[in-house]
Amino acid sequence: MTRSRPEPVHVVKSRREAALQWLTGGVPFVQFLGIQFDRRGDELTAILPFDDKLIGNPLLPALHGGATAAFLEVTGIIELAWTTLWEDMEAGRANMDSFPPMPKTIDFTVDFLRSGLPRDAYARARVNRSGRRYASVQVEAWQDNRARPFAMATAHFLMPPPPGTVAE
Amino acid sequence: MPDPLRLAREFMQHLPYVQALGMTLTDVTEGRAEVMMAYDPRLVGDPASGVLHGGAISALMDTASGAAVMSHPAATMATATLDLRIDYMRPATPGQRIIARAECYHVTRSIAFIRVTATDEDETRPVATGTGTFTLERPAA
Repeated sequence: MTRSRPEPVHVVKSRREAALQWLTGGVPFVQFLGIQFDRRGDELTAILPFDDKLIGNPLLPALHGGATAAFLEVTGIIELAWTTLWEDMEAGRANMDSFPPMPKTIDFTVDFLRSGLPRDAYARARVNRSGRRYASVQVEAWQDNRARPFAMATAHFLMPPPPGTVAE
Repeated sequence: MPDPLRLAREFMQHLPYVQALGMTLTDVTEGRAEVMMAYDPRLVGDPASGVLHGGAISALMDTASGAAVMSHPAATMATATLDLRIDYMRPATPGQRIIARAECYHVTRSIAFIRVTATDEDETRPVATGTGTFTLERPAA
């Protein structure tokens, strides 16, 4: 039995990094908040570097609930778009010429567990269910301690139609 | 406008995140608040359509809700979101401002319950609606 040689690691990495950049680099709101993504294989960790403009309560000080919510929503959408893209991207079938098709938020529920400290925040999302039309995603954000999340969210999304289909 | 309401409005208006997203507190009455956000290309979530990111609209709705709690006669200026659920009815029309109107419809000793609606310039069809619970700190007796 013959087996094709595995791809060189730099080819794999540059393909994945280009796909991630395509998904995140063109979204103005992601850039506005300064959100970055750390990729380990297919696992994404979103990073929200602290910035004074994210403050909602200057007396404590604490992150604005709206900044935390936005961070979780961005993380959920990008994770969902990323897991949807993964198979085609790995097979070299992904067409990345135009804008990436983005899932649309149907509903978004966020629990604020403790106040966001004036420092970097991290988040990871898990796609619990991803169908042809709908997806359910959970997101968890933490700061100093991974075991002590400061906010969690659950959200439903409408999936973009696959390329080549006629819009409804 | 009575003094406590003016204070709540001033306080909210000058929060860094509120300023960064270009929000304006347009109306604050007892237990109610209205906050406007101009269309801004920096807040776009889908570059193909120019539609604002849900996160920017959530932030506006959270701000209006917090302001509604702070302006409630039973509350002080300290509140925090416990939870917020937002349903997105339709994409906001690119180029149009968004207004969030929040109402603090019930308070207990320590919790404020709010409802909030976001509209673009077509006020008859909401862009998003939400419900939330916020902490309520009573003034020292």
